[in-house]
Amino acid sequence: MRILIVGGGMGGTILANNLARRLAPELKSGRVSITMLSASERHFYQPGLLYLAFGRVTPDELYQDQASLLEPGIEFLVDPAEEFLLDRNQLRSRSGRTFDYDILAIATGSRPVPELTPGLAETAESFYTEETALKMFQRLRRFDGGRVVVVVGVPHKCPMAPLEILFLLHDYFDGRGILDKVKLHYTYPIGRVHSLENVAKWAAPEMERLGITYETLFNIREVDAQAGVVHSEEGTQAPFDLLVSIPAHRGMEVIENNGLGAGGFIPTHRQRLNMEGRDNVYVLGDTTTLPISKAGSTAHYQAETLGENIAAMVRLGAPVRDYDGKVFCFIEAGRDRATYAKFDYLHPPDPKPPTRSVHWFKTAYNKLYWASARGLL
Amino acid sequence: MATRRLIDARGSFCPGPLMELIAGMKMAQVGDEIEVLSSDRGSAHEIPEWILKVGHEHLGTREENGVWHVSVRKAK
Repeated sequence: MRILIVGGGMGGTILANNLARRLAPELKSGRVSITMLSASERHFYQPGLLYLAFGRVTPDELYQDQASLLEPGIEFLVDPAEEFLLDRNQLRSRSGRTFDYDILAIATGSRPVPELTPGLAETAESFYTEETALKMFQRLRRFDGGRVVVVVGVPHKCPMAPLEILFLLHDYFDGRGILDKVKLHYTYPIGRVHSLENVAKWAAPEMERLGITYETLFNIREVDAQAGVVHSEEGTQAPFDLLVSIPAHRGMEVIENNGLGAGGFIPTHRQRLNMEGRDNVYVLGDTTTLPISKAGSTAHYQAETLGENIAAMVRLGAPVRDYDGKVFCFIEAGRDRATYAKFDYLHPPDPKPPTRSVHWFKTAYNKLYWASARGLL
Repeated sequence: MATRRLIDARGSFCPGPLMELIAGMKMAQVGDEIEVLSSDRGSAHEIPEWILKVGHEHLGTREENGVWHVSVRKAK
């Protein structure tokens, strides 16, 4: 059985390693092959960008060689997918090579698209790429006071990022001794300060306690850089001196160009994780249309489910379990405190008050991530 | 040509049915219809409230076996 994995992010990497360990005898005998195609020779720890924007980590800490993270026996190629020939169980790569597969797993991820909102890319600081996080770090160092507005595009990667950046900005200005010269204002697309009701119930009074103002039902329509005003779809405005953006995301262009899904997101069965209408094509992580958080943990849990199922298909002829919608997100709450939210399709989260111990566990996880990608954690 | 699309947001605590709809509306064309499925009873008023606030069209809401079907049309 030829298993082809497209994408070398968290989902693709955990899936490849999970399969390689489960199917080690079959890999050794040649009965099974696992090939991974990626756009980069490096693996990028995306959650670290939040800390890069404040100078708490350096870029080199966020990368590892992808090949070093993979189990022996996995064929790894830096040769991204160009053409999906699903009716022929084939894929053509950028180099022009054709790959035949029996099972295809697509984990190409998502990308920020601030350019889709007029004025946003040119005006707002953000931290979703190494380049923008470094630029934000430099801008924050030069900022000496004024009105700071946080805006949130939809859909976005990492559902806790809007709150985390807000509380870390508060910490940062406090640490620089200029908090009295800064007015923090938070906006959010729906009618409360976070999509998770229990998180919103904790975060709103926390903002009030810290003197942070907020406006809900605020979806960015456009930014008037000259006037220093962001306009919402709902008809309101927020003036700013410094605009910080959680940009809207789209899936990768190769997905849209191949007609696999609008906006680069592939319609996916919520339990089986197969692409709708295709029994041998699976989708995981940010690439799905599933109504759950675009987060590393989502890709992680989906990869574990798929690994178990694909291995069972090799050995038993059928998958053995469903994905239950499980997601786990840390929430950095500022002042070296953090909490977390864990939920699935049936059970909402019930986050506990932030503690220092969870913050230090998250800090440790930023290093332990590499063991997680290897499938050891 | 206007299309009709289904967003199955049952069991979505995060980002939630309204956020799923907002994302869907951004990718839709004027005239397109979207039906949102939600297992959260709050969607029955939360979605129409936002739709009317931004000037789109609420086509109707019905409940079936604990699932709310909220239909809207992108108007601008």
